[in-house]
Parts: sequence; structure tokens; C-alpha cells
Amino acid sequence: MWFPRLPSERVLRARPVEGPFALTLRQSNTERIYCLNPQAEKAGLHRGMGLSDARAFCRDLQSRPADPEADRRFLHVLARWATRYCPWVGLEGDDGLVLDISGSAHLFGGEGAMLDDMQLRLARAGFAVRLGLADTRGAAWAMAHFGDGIICSPSRLAALPVAALRLGGKTCIALQRLGLRRISDILALPRATLSRRFGTDVVLRLDQALGDQPESISPLSRPPHYGVRMTLPDPIGLTGDVMAGTERLLGRLCAKLKAGDKGARILLLTLRRVDQASQQVELRLAQPLHDAARILPLFERGIEGVDAGYGIDQLRLVATRIEPLTARQISHSHGTDTHDDKLADLITRIGVRIGLENVQRFLPADSHIPERGFIISPAAYSRPQGGWVASRPRPLRLFAPEAITGHGPRPPARFRWRRMAMTTGRAIGPERIAPEWWLSDDNWRTGVRDYWQVDTKEGRRLWLFYTPQAPNWYVQGEFA
Amino acid sequence: MSAFSTLFPLRNSRTHEVCGANAVSFAFALAGQKGGNVMWIAESWQGEQINPTGFHTYMDPQNLLLAKVADQVEGLGVAEETLRSGAVSLMVIELAKPLGFTAGRRLQLAAESGGATGLCIIPEGMGNNAAQTRWRCSSLFDPADSTLQRWEIIKNKSGTLMAWDVRWDAQTRRINVVSEVAQRKGSTRTPR
Repeated sequence: MWFPRLPSERVLRARPVEGPFALTLRQSNTERIYCLNPQAEKAGLHRGMGLSDARAFCRDLQSRPADPEADRRFLHVLARWATRYCPWVGLEGDDGLVLDISGSAHLFGGEGAMLDDMQLRLARAGFAVRLGLADTRGAAWAMAHFGDGIICSPSRLAALPVAALRLGGKTCIALQRLGLRRISDILALPRATLSRRFGTDVVLRLDQALGDQPESISPLSRPPHYGVRMTLPDPIGLTGDVMAGTERLLGRLCAKLKAGDKGARILLLTLRRVDQASQQVELRLAQPLHDAARILPLFERGIEGVDAGYGIDQLRLVATRIEPLTARQISHSHGTDTHDDKLADLITRIGVRIGLENVQRFLPADSHIPERGFIISPAAYSRPQGGWVASRPRPLRLFAPEAITGHGPRPPARFRWRRMAMTTGRAIGPERIAPEWWLSDDNWRTGVRDYWQVDTKEGRRLWLFYTPQAPNWYVQGEFA
Repeated sequence: MSAFSTLFPLRNSRTHEVCGANAVSFAFALAGQKGGNVMWIAESWQGEQINPTGFHTYMDPQNLLLAKVADQVEGLGVAEETLRSGAVSLMVIELAKPLGFTAGRRLQLAAESGGATGLCIIPEGMGNNAAQTRWRCSSLFDPADSTLQRWEIIKNKSGTLMAWDVRWDAQTRRINVVSEVAQRKGSTRTPR
């Protein structure tokens, strides 16, 4: 199976475009055409052409940047789809699949009918495909790329050009210079001279195409599936019973995870009730785990909230997000380890109540703007970081600036803040902080700020600032 | 002096309450003295935000976890879970509404079973009977120094009520008692 225009068709499937279309890839400092659709080909464009040249040829050309990694992933998707025809599916280069259909063609009504079916389904999905079917992998490749028919016979193979032997460009040109244009020309030559002149490659490819040399297809390995389920003969409804069922499932799942050196981050427990409705319990863990004894108590709260109805007769447990978790050495300072685990379990428990992203921690940030001097990030997805420095005292609490009345660059002697009359006793400052011009922040539109640490005679210690460019006074924090 | 050192740092496995303008610095001073992990529970709608660049002189911000809850009921649930787990040494919750006796008692029991200290930052006059101690903290104006504050203990299940003038020493991360305030009627009230 050869998909001559896989990248562009993948993009066009998601966003259809009328008229000439091309994907471009940046190669050695120029945008070159990576893949193009038939209309663009008709307009005289070809692969490898510079994008600016192509635009000169074809003014209404639409282009998008190519994404070879996504194409490769998509080919894996197609490979999985192709397992509907046979279990033995491998990749062929970047734009082809190879299927070993021996023994499964009759299920589709013969080889011809199977190929028709493939062509039809892929055409419906919007893919141009060239199919080749032969006794060997090499011959099938030749038929897909160069054959006009589909099913191969030795005479038709011999009529194909030498490039159909999967040879490198240089060898092909060398062969053609000698007047060897078709495979039949090579077949007529003695093998010894051929291998002496061109190396063993040509002979090897020829043998592979003819079937004298075996060539295997290596099927893609299946990604491991971290899910287990249990069906019960009689429905259950008590929390303890469901917990016991979950414990058994967890044991099996954790054994699987441990074997793959993986830890679950999100677990989804689906409880199917007798009336076919199902309830789901999701557990987001604060750290990847594969320890059944630790995960089970964390499920408790979620399972208690489930409405069992007439009873539950199937339990399904899937690790929907997994992360690598290698075996840890039991450290000498065992105490700190268990303490960290306890804290992680606490984060998970609280996360079940209020959402895991609402349990947060502070991380230092590199900014002199007071409200950007730290980052708040979810505790489950970040490690604690040290390195807190502040050259000058900062208030314990920050709030959005609250305007007070005051005039001039010195702090007002008396002011009202939150309906309290304040008298300035001592003022330390000013400390000028300029806005970060490279970030546009609406709160800093008023320009530079002169910060003052003001001790009031009433006792409150406030952090005031003055904006000289738009004269005004504000309170932004309290050293309480 | 010795009376202060028996009360502060606050007794373990109990919940305490603190009110007044300086309640936050009281909480951080306590967290710094106790060491270990701290869980700080605040309601997410609150505009006031504790500032790690400010409190890092009191305690290491790495040890602080922040739980943003939607309302007080959720906050109390989280507080109870935290105290019971025993994974933190101090739990601080900012309360906006008065607690019922049941809720206060539940926190107290959770603190006892987990061996952690609970501290509720409450608005003035909204104390709860289940608390072990209740403190009122306010800062005093001092022309020379800006760490002088008055700490009054206004409820104590096992002891007398007293008041102290204290200073925060940032170098040693300690609270130093300046003087004991006389037990005269009216003198314990700070000027507002």
C-alpha cells in the first residue's frame, strides 16, 4: 500500500481547500514543497521546488507548513486500521504499509475483491492509494510504485523499470547509463558481473523481488494496555464489596504497571450497573504510583459517592494516564521518604475534594514586579524549589491596589484606608519599581511606581505606592 | 517570660484561633518555629494573597502548600483531612464566617488523631468554644523599629489570660518578648 500524497491529504482531510495546495518544509534555509495535491501538480509544480518559485508559477497556490512527525503518527493510525485485513501489518518507509495477507484474502472474497475494498474505503476517506500485490514484498513494492496493474506476475515484473527494485538513485542512474532500463535487461545478465560491477545490493534486491531471498515483515508492536475488568455473576451494592472488587482489580493492574516500570497518574474506575447505566470514579494522583496498597484507600471517597442502584455487575479499571516510574532504591533515610509519600497522598485526597489543580505551591520567578515575583503552580505537577531572595522587605499579603487620597511625592500624613483613619508615623522609601515594558500589563499602565513602607501610628504597617506619571496614591500590601 | 514560652509555639494536637490585624504574621511566625510542612487553606474568591517573597523571612516557602477552596464548608473538609493525615505540622485556615461548635470540635478531634496543629484565622469576635487558645495580635507603632506587636491571649483552656509586647527577629527567626503587659482593665486593648 503506497500513499503517494499522504502528508497533504492528511492536512486536507482536516481542512479541505479548493484549488492547488502544497505543504512546505524548511530545508537548508529555503521553504521547499514537501507534498502537493493533484491540482498543484497539474499547474506544473513538483516536489522539492522552492516555495517562491512555485508561487511565481501558480499564483493561487495555498500552502501550509508540513509536520513530518504528525504524518508518521498518522501512518501508525493507518497501520492500525489496516489490521482489519490481516494481523500482520508493517510500515514501509514514510508513506507506505506492507500487509501479509496470506490466509486472510478469502475472508474478503479473494485477492481482487480485497484490493477493491481497500481502494474504496481509502478513497472514501480521501486518500489516494496505489496498491500492489505480489508473492514477495519487493515485487509488491514494485507493483505499487511502478505497476499499472495491481496483481503481479513474473512477466509484468520483468517489464518494470530498474527503479522498481528499490535501488538507490545513483545505482539506478548507473544502470540506465549502461542501457539497462528494465528488470528484464538485468535478468538477462550473468549475476557474477552484476555483483562485481554494482555490489551485492542489486542482486539482493533482485532476489528479494523474485522470491529467491526471503524478506520478512515485522509487524508493529501493540502498545500495552493498562486496563483490567471484572464481571460478577451477582450484582453487588455495598461499599465494602465494591472496595474489595477494586482491590482485586488494582492488584492486577499494579502488577502490569510494575512489569512495565510505569506508574499511574489518573485512574478511571467504571462501575456498570445491572440496568446498563454506568458510573465513573476518577482518581487523579499527586505522584505516579504502582502500589496497590497506597492507591486503594484513596479510592474510598469516590466509591462512597457512587449510586449503586439495583447493583453493580461489572467493574472496569483503566489507567488513563501513565508516567514512567522506575523502581526506587529504599534509601537509608527512610523517614523522609515515607513523609513525602504521606504528603503526596494528602494532596491526592484533597485533590479528590477540590480538584487537584487547586492544591498549589509557590515557585520563585525572576521578576522585580512584586506580584510576579512568584508563580503559583499545581503542587501535583511541580517540585518544590528553593532560592527565595528579596533584597528589600516585602509585605506578607498582597492585594489589588486600593486608591487613597494623597498629594505629592511624599506619603500623606493622614489618609483613610478601608474606612479607617490612618496617621503616618514613619515612612521608609521610596523604592522605585519600573514596569516590565516587554510585557504589557494593564495594572502597570500608570508607569513607574515609588513604593513606601509606611508604619501608621494606629499600628498597621502598609505598603503604599505613588505613581509619579499619573499622580495618585495606592495601598498594595500589608506587612502584618 | 516563661509563661510565654509554655504557650508559644502553640500546643500540638490542638486547634487554636487567632484574630486581629497581625494574625497572618502570627501564623507565619508559628510556622517558622514549628518547621515542617504547612497547609494554608484560603477561599479562592479572596483578593488578598499571601506573598512568598514577603514571608520567606519567616519560613521556607517550599514547605507551604496552598489549597484554594470554593467556600468555607469545603475548606473545613480539607482542613479536617489535612489534620487527620499527619503529613503536615501546621494547618492554617482563613475563616470568614463563625464556626459552629460541631465543626470546631471536629477540627479538634482531627488534630488530636493526626498529631498536627490547627490554626484558624478568624474575624474579630467570631471565636469558637472548641479552640484550645485564642489570640489577638496587633502591631504597635514604634518610631525606631517596625516589628513591635502586641500579642494577647484572650482565651485559654488551661491557663490564664495574658498579653505580651513582642518583636520579630528576622535574623534568628524568633519571637522575642519585650515586656509583659500589665493586667489592668483597659490596658490590654490596643489603640485602634
